[in-house]
Order: sequence, then C-alpha cells, then structure tokens
Amino acid sequence: MKLTVDRLHITLDRRPILRDVRLEAEKGDIVGLVGPNGSGKSTLLRTVYRSLRPAGGVVEVGGDDVWRLSARAAARRTAAVLQDTGAVTGLSVIETVALGRTAHHGLLGRDGAEDRRAVAEAVARCGVEPFADRDYATLSGGERQRVLLARALAQRPRLLVLDELTNHLDIRARFELLDLIRSTGITTLAVLHDLDLAARLCDHLVVLHEGAVVAAGPVLEVLTPDLLADVFGVRGRTERHPDGVVRLTYAARPLADGREAEPGR
Amino acid sequence: MVVAVSIGAVGIPVSDVWRILLHHVTGRGAAGDPALDQIVWTFRAPRVALAAVVGAGLAVAGAVLQTLVTNPLADPVVLGFSYGASLGAVLVITLGGVAIGGLGGLGVSGAAFAGALAAGALVFALGQRRGRLAPTRLVLAGVAVGYVLLSVTSFVQLLATPTELRTVMFWMLGSVAGAQWSQLPVATGVVLASTLVLTMLGRRLNALLAGDESATALGVDVNRLRAVLLVISALLTGTVIAVAGGVGFVGLMIPHLVRLTVGADHRRLLPLTALLGAVYLVLVDLLSRTVNRPNELPLGILTALLGAPFFLWLLRRDKGLDTA
Repeated sequence: MKLTVDRLHITLDRRPILRDVRLEAEKGDIVGLVGPNGSGKSTLLRTVYRSLRPAGGVVEVGGDDVWRLSARAAARRTAAVLQDTGAVTGLSVIETVALGRTAHHGLLGRDGAEDRRAVAEAVARCGVEPFADRDYATLSGGERQRVLLARALAQRPRLLVLDELTNHLDIRARFELLDLIRSTGITTLAVLHDLDLAARLCDHLVVLHEGAVVAAGPVLEVLTPDLLADVFGVRGRTERHPDGVVRLTYAARPLADGREAEPGR
Repeated sequence: MVVAVSIGAVGIPVSDVWRILLHHVTGRGAAGDPALDQIVWTFRAPRVALAAVVGAGLAVAGAVLQTLVTNPLADPVVLGFSYGASLGAVLVITLGGVAIGGLGGLGVSGAAFAGALAAGALVFALGQRRGRLAPTRLVLAGVAVGYVLLSVTSFVQLLATPTELRTVMFWMLGSVAGAQWSQLPVATGVVLASTLVLTMLGRRLNALLAGDESATALGVDVNRLRAVLLVISALLTGTVIAVAGGVGFVGLMIPHLVRLTVGADHRRLLPLTALLGAVYLVLVDLLSRTVNRPNELPLGILTALLGAPFFLWLLRRDKGLDTA
C-alpha cells in the first residue's frame, strides 16, 4: 500500500523535531530511513503508525490520512516492529504473535479460522515454531525480534514499519531477516542504523538530518561521498559489486575536524 | 460456600444449611428451627456471599491496575483508591457521629464510595503528561495522593472518641461481619458487570502488555483504554470497599497467583482471578470468625498475615519477575 508523507511538522516541548518532511513509498517498495542519532527517524515512524499526531502536514496510507482512520482501522493497514522495551509481559511466544490480531476484532470477537491461519503462517514464516510455547521473556534478543516480526505479519499489514529491526542480531540472522522482509512483498519503511545494511535491503533511501530530509532516492544516488561526510561525518564511498549488491567502503580514519565516525554496528 | 455457612460460633450441620437455604430460595420444605434459620439466612449466608463478591472485586481490580500501570506492585491500595475510601468512611464515622449498621452504615458506604472515586479522579488528573496517562506517573501520583489521604485520615482519627475509634479501626482493616442481603445486589452487579466488560476488553489489555507504542501500532487507542480502565477499577474498588472496608493484599496476591498458573492472557486471567479471589476471601472470612471464637478478627489482618508470606514464596519461585 502506498505511503505518502507530506509537509510534516512535529514539535515536542516547543522544540521542532521534524520540519517539512516529504517522503513516498510506492506499493511494494522498501524505503530505508537513515540519519545520525537524534535526526528524527523514530519520531517520523511514530507519525506513520499513528502514535504521534503531527502539528502540521499529513501521513497517508493507501490514500487515507491515518488520523482520519480509527486506531483499529489504521492498524489493519500498518504494522510496526519497534525496539523491544524489555518489558516482562508474561505472554508466551504464540500469545505474543496472536496480539497481531487485536485490530481485527471488536469487543465480542472470538478467535476464528482466519486468526489461526494468520498466526500459523506468521509463525512458520519467521521460524519461531521451535520456541512457540516458551515465555517471551526468556528469549534471546534475536529470537524476540523474530517473534515481533511474526506479530506484525499476523496483523496482515499492507505497510510495514521497522525500527532498528536488526539491532540485536548476528550477521547471518540479519541477512535472513532482511530476505524474509523482501520475500513478503509488503511496502516497508525501515529505520536502519547500519548504512551498509540499508544499502543492501532498500530500494530507496531517505536521509534525515536535524529533522529535515537532506537526500532521497535510489541508494547509489543518495549515499555519495559528500553526503557521507556532511551528514554522518565519515569518509566513504558506495559501489555496486558485480554480484549486484551495493557496498559501502569507509576510510579508516574519521574526518579531520574531530568528529568521530559512526561506530561500526 | 455452603460449608462456610455451616461453620461459625454455632456449628450447624451442612444438611440443615441446605434445607434452610432451599427453603428460602424455593419456598419449599420445612422452615425448621427459627434460631438456626436466623443464623443461617440473616447472618451467615449474606456474609459468605458478600465475602465472595468482595474477594472477586478486589482481585479483579488488582489485576487490571497491574496491567494499566504496567507495574506488578499495583493494587487499589498503591493507587490510593483505598485511602480515599477510608477517609470518606472515617469522616462519616467520627464527624458524622453515625454508628455502623442500619442507616448509618449506608452513610459510611456512600462516603467510602465517594472517597474512592474522588481519589481515583485525583490520581487520574495528576497521572497525565502532555494529555497522556503515563504509567509511572500514575503510580507516583497514587502513592502521593494515598499518603496525603492517610495523613488526613489519621488527623481525623485523633478527634474521634474511643468508641468511634474502634469502629474506625475495624472498618479500616475490613470486615464482612455486618453483611446484609440489601448490600448484595449493587455490589454483585458492579463486580459481575466490571468483570464481564474487562474480560471483553481482554484482547486490548493483552496488547497493553507489549508497551504503549506497540499497543498503539496493534490498533489500541491506549489513552482511551487507560481512561476506561481507571474509571472501571475505581468504581469496582469504591463499591467493594464501601461494603467491606479496607481489605488489603487480595488485589495484589490473587492476580499474580493466577498469572503463574494460567499465564497473562486477560481473557482467562480475569474470570479466574474473580473466582479465586471469591474463594480466598470466603475462606479468610471463615478463619476470621473461627480462630478466636466467639470473637472476630478483621479481614485485613488475616489477608496480610496469610498473604504476605505466601506472596514472598511465590516471588522466590517466579523467575520472570527478576527481570521486571
């Protein structure tokens, strides 16, 4: 489902967090949202999954302003995988995945065949069957991320919002998860800290810097040496390898003006 | 429950209890000994029924408040509702000079109910940040409001006569000794309706466990849900405390016990919590009138005395809470 963010303004405690942000994701696109810490990435995501009402501008999912939809209606279109808060829920893995069906029910709805199918599919797709009956709190960080992705897929969304999905994962798990997301074909807006990973996963990148979009477009056009220096404070370049994968190469030292390079996450 | 009715200062055979209850409910069979009849039907039966309703109500309120503020320590006492009820009741008992029982009892109940709702409204108002109900703020506001109400209650107690003071003490520690049939319809109605509505909200309560942001993304209007839950739990607590006084620890202990056995899914948790809370308080009330017969102990003393060690044992067993 198409995502359109237009002239978005966000102010928190009278401090502007986002200024005139515009962004589009066509149906089936994977758009990466990158930028240094504090650039407003997570705030932008919050407006998309309808947690934060913008002071100005609109967020449209499938052509409808999300704030004209009810919380439930919006959640039937958009699912989010957010950073794990570490809260002890007391729910098992399968119960956690089943939370994805919340928006598909009113007060009196009971779990039906459709719910069971959606949960079973999500569980199988994300490979969480081996620990389906365990307490969510006892899982490792990587296992939790897969469960949370399964919960989002059980929601049967047409737009997926991901916040640092691969943070806790080892390199193989990262690639597997990225492949998994690609294979769903769902329109995706993903905040990624790791530029290299963003370059691999995404069709397009949007670069946020101090609350404004400073670049947007295909990966190779966006991640220029100048942008890497100006926004991220590192020397580097991108190139497409013969296998088709876009790779980033950083220079060993940070830029001379004392700014540290992004630690290689 | 029938067995609980049969035990007391005067032991009555279970078969007689059945016969008397059946006689009153269906109108058939012999009435039997009028003295026994009075003990069973006028004193013990409403008392056991009220204990069950109060236990269920407190346990459900505790379970919901724990989810509402995402804090395993939450219960009507921590959030200040109980202290609001106490202040209301103590004001009527001392300043109003009204004795418990009869018309005066209604006054005390009404004041306790109003006190719980007022405390709930205050905590609600103070627990907001940027128009959103923030869990930590709610807990802190509840504790602070509770202390203020408690100090006012203590001050009012200083003005009380020794007789009034004894009534106040008994009330603050909780008791269903003065139970009458007339108290039951409203209390039962509120407890049943609240439990039903909350169980229907179970799916959303489950989503709330995942955290506010995730719950929002799952399609829950978090702020509105919190407001609804706060109103229902204040209503529930107010109703229950109004008829039974400040029975502590039920709201804290029972939900955790049920969670450990059947998990945290509210659609199972809430009905079972109500059931176990009811059974628990019937048993505690039974103890309260048998351990020191023919004298009675306030319920609050026993719930804490029995509850605390048991609760600590549960905490040691449960590894999930270590990371909380």
